[in-house]
Amino acid sequence: MGTGLENTWIWGVRDMTMKQTKNNVLPVMMAPRSRPTDPFRLKAWHGLILASIVVLASIPAFAAEEPAKASIFDVLVRWMPLLLEGFVFNVVISISAMAIGTITGAALRLGQISLNGAVRKFAWVTTQFFRNAPWLVLLFFAMFLLPFEIKIGGLTIPLPDWLKAIFGLSLPVMANVSEIVRGGVVSLPSGQWEAAESLAFSRTQVLWRIILPQCVKRMLPPWMNLYSILTMATVLASIVGVSEMMTLTGQALAAEGGRSDLLIPFYSFVLLMFFIYCYPIARWTIRLEKKFAVIN
Amino acid sequence: MTWSDDQPMVSIKDLHKSFGALEVLKGVSMDVMKGEVICIIGPSGSGKSTLIRCINALNDIQQGSILVEGREVNDHKLDKLELRKKVGMVFQQYNLFPHKTALENIMMAPLLVLKQEKAEVEKLARQLIKKVRLEGKEDNYPGELSGGQQQRVAIARSLAMNPDVMLFDEVTAALDPETVNEVLSAIKELAQDGMTCMLVTHEMAFAREIADHIYFTDRGVIVEHGPPDTFFDDAKDPRTIEFLGQIL
Ligand SMILES: Nc1ncnc2c1ncn2[C@@H]1O[C@H](COP(=O)(O)OP(=O)(O)O)[C@@H](O)[C@H]1O
Ligand SMILES: [Mg+2]
Repeated sequence: MGTGLENTWIWGVRDMTMKQTKNNVLPVMMAPRSRPTDPFRLKAWHGLILASIVVLASIPAFAAEEPAKASIFDVLVRWMPLLLEGFVFNVVISISAMAIGTITGAALRLGQISLNGAVRKFAWVTTQFFRNAPWLVLLFFAMFLLPFEIKIGGLTIPLPDWLKAIFGLSLPVMANVSEIVRGGVVSLPSGQWEAAESLAFSRTQVLWRIILPQCVKRMLPPWMNLYSILTMATVLASIVGVSEMMTLTGQALAAEGGRSDLLIPFYSFVLLMFFIYCYPIARWTIRLEKKFAVIN
Repeated sequence: MTWSDDQPMVSIKDLHKSFGALEVLKGVSMDVMKGEVICIIGPSGSGKSTLIRCINALNDIQQGSILVEGREVNDHKLDKLELRKKVGMVFQQYNLFPHKTALENIMMAPLLVLKQEKAEVEKLARQLIKKVRLEGKEDNYPGELSGGQQQRVAIARSLAMNPDVMLFDEVTAALDPETVNEVLSAIKELAQDGMTCMLVTHEMAFAREIADHIYFTDRGVIVEHGPPDTFFDDAKDPRTIEFLGQIL
């Protein structure tokens, strides 16, 4: 399958090697290029299937026309505003956790190339620890270890569950961003460091002016992938009682008296919402990966 | 400082350098006066790059002394940034910053490191572009330039810091034959302007033409050195003779 695509992939690599030998430039490492046939990518037809499930599963209700039961479609429409509110909450959690995780993760990576040995060790251990821990466990830790409020001087800051969930989810994001930044930094030829250092740039200047600007392009696709994964992981927060979309769906179903014919349409709707949100991100990531695959 | 023009600009004494257990420099000494041009030649792996990179502290030193304008490089209190402001370096692989245009490559260090006025730096950068004969290429990115053009931008970038001594590490080794000369003539002009230059090179004719002194290194020691004519026509050491026999 996909022999045509594989051929273009191989050709891309060949073109690159030829280019290098011609210019005699040090080989600049390619960002790991995902195969065009990656089966785990979201495809448009996944969304179509989901949408049809929602509609089709709602139809039997019309046919049944039992006066005592409201039609599935009506029920779904009635709950939709609340469910969508829940989804907005998922988005808020994912964006916040991503923001915190990105900043702390970048700092963690810079710590790992610090000149101070103790800082370096601490940053390394932290990265490895959080990268190899299940997300749900980290979420539980944040939930039960963080207090419900913090007192700073006379000020009392409440820590609601959703805020704790954001912190909990930002931990694995932090560790993964740290690794993404590492990959970006090591993919640059060491000559960039040497050239900048020989021009009397300070270490900080080398990092911020020379190394990181060149890495950002290479780091963007894996970073966006991570964001997609994080967004889908926000439903974990339902397990610890945050009122995001999954939690609200469960509550809506309970309020309807646990009708089993509602399960598939409701959860398909949840899937559909996540699909509509994550699919464009996945497409965009692929576009960027193609664009940055060969950098000279 | 107590250093003055009549003392060597770069003075290396009994320099030892190891990478782990591998001793790469085993007691190298040389003096380079202001305005002098010296060439270092020798087989691959003999420690030429390592020697050059010790001078601007890209490599640290285990033993011995390097004085640059009287400043000791083998000193843990050394201010590396101050040293590097005075010592320019050009690499075999050009190492231009690919995300910056030719002009920006040249302007970056004077702006960020020396904190000079932007208008003045730009004026200087345009002069340097002209000096290395790259008018019209100011706004091109390194990826859009040939190897020889990139290397001339790299020379201009280094000159923008107004260094007192320039280090060149096999700067034509990665170039297509037809662009070697444009880079060599840029270096020659620089040498004629009185810049102190230390070059590692395999271009023997060029070395003979521009060098005041030639050093031949093999396995971490200076085997033989002398003025170009004596060195090339009257080499004494069998290793030098063998090397010259292979390369000429
Ligand atoms: N960073 C390094 N780590 C370990 N060994 C090195 C390093 N740089 C150079 N060497 C070794 O030092 C020796 C001299 O290298 P180099 O100075 O580059 O030689 P040349 O420039 O004369 O070809 C070689 O054996 C090389 O493998
Ligand atoms: Mg070398």
